[in-house]
Amino acid sequence: MKLAVASGKGGTGKSMIAANLAFTLSRTEPVSLVDCDVEEPNLHLFFPGQGTPRDVTVPVPVIDDSLCDRCGKCGDFCQYGAITVLPNRVLFFAELCHSCGGCTLVCPKKAIREEQKRIGTVSLSLPLPFLDLFTGTLDTGSPHAVPVIREAKKQAAAGDSIMIIDTAPGTSCPVVEALEGCDACILVTESTPFGLHDLQLAADVTARLGIPAGIVINRSDGNDEEILRFCTDHDLDVMMTIPFSREIAAIQSRGDLLCRARPEWQKDFMGLWVKCRALAGAGP
Amino acid sequence: MKLCFTAQGATLESPTEDRFGRAPYFIIVESEDGSFDAIRNPYADGGGGVGPKAAQVLIANNVKALVSGQVGGNAKEVLAAAGIAMYTFRAGGTVKDALDQFTKNTLARSG
Repeated sequence: MKLAVASGKGGTGKSMIAANLAFTLSRTEPVSLVDCDVEEPNLHLFFPGQGTPRDVTVPVPVIDDSLCDRCGKCGDFCQYGAITVLPNRVLFFAELCHSCGGCTLVCPKKAIREEQKRIGTVSLSLPLPFLDLFTGTLDTGSPHAVPVIREAKKQAAAGDSIMIIDTAPGTSCPVVEALEGCDACILVTESTPFGLHDLQLAADVTARLGIPAGIVINRSDGNDEEILRFCTDHDLDVMMTIPFSREIAAIQSRGDLLCRARPEWQKDFMGLWVKCRALAGAGP
Repeated sequence: MKLCFTAQGATLESPTEDRFGRAPYFIIVESEDGSFDAIRNPYADGGGGVGPKAAQVLIANNVKALVSGQVGGNAKEVLAAAGIAMYTFRAGGTVKDALDQFTKNTLARSG
């Protein structure tokens, strides 16, 4: 079972839900928790510990000037604008390169070879007996999050544990990559106009990807009518509502877990898990 | 010598366009006789890397100077390497207005 936690809007509590769900589940079965918010991973704050980082690399072209005759075929091929061929030299912009390998294939002089370039890391730590935490981290200045997310998911999928995937906010490529192949998705929202607006975008993405989604309303002020109306209209189940609470905020801000500080919440998160499994069609 | 102006339309009366890579049109003026060609920018709606690709259009058309509102870092590097001079025109107005100012040499050179 692969379960994603996404949101549209940032700061709604994706990581809080993912961390508490993983913590609760890991008391009865092995869980791999995957931090796919690689531009700002934060699950390690809930589960401190020494991780073992492994480099994530992507191939980038290296052009041999002595073989290149500036025919321009590589530059014409590159739809990302990463290669410009001038009469006397070739300009390469590594940050525009998508590592497709096309330039290497089209070069008639075989003047292009590929070199691995590091763009980030995936780190594995074992904070609890049945909890593996995989943290994808994109290097500062690297523009492509997707290969780091792909690698984090690949490493986490090596075992047959339950996978809980914490995605980035928004609806762009990093989110789509994190959602790809998931059996179900929790969409975390809050009862604000912004929360609803971005929930609509995120729900559209999961629908298009064909991933069953259910809603968690976090920091509810009790006035969730508009979100509830949206959920009814779109046949989305509100699986859990967490009230706006100073106490919960305080637990969070000292890096603790709600389900550890207040164990009675574990029952609620187990209930959430049962609903997620039902969503995925794995039976309640 | 060929000059390129970024424009929102295909004529000398068209308003100039401040963006370079995503400009709808490149108006290429022959400074000798004032004749011009309008090239539709194939990268106007592109996703990423449009700056260097648009610069390649200018290189292919043997342009020697560019007049535009703003040229991004990557495009600037390509244009500079290709020896294309860059001038800034952000006053608003038509391609003709920008051409007049270029001819009077009142435009600031940006690269």
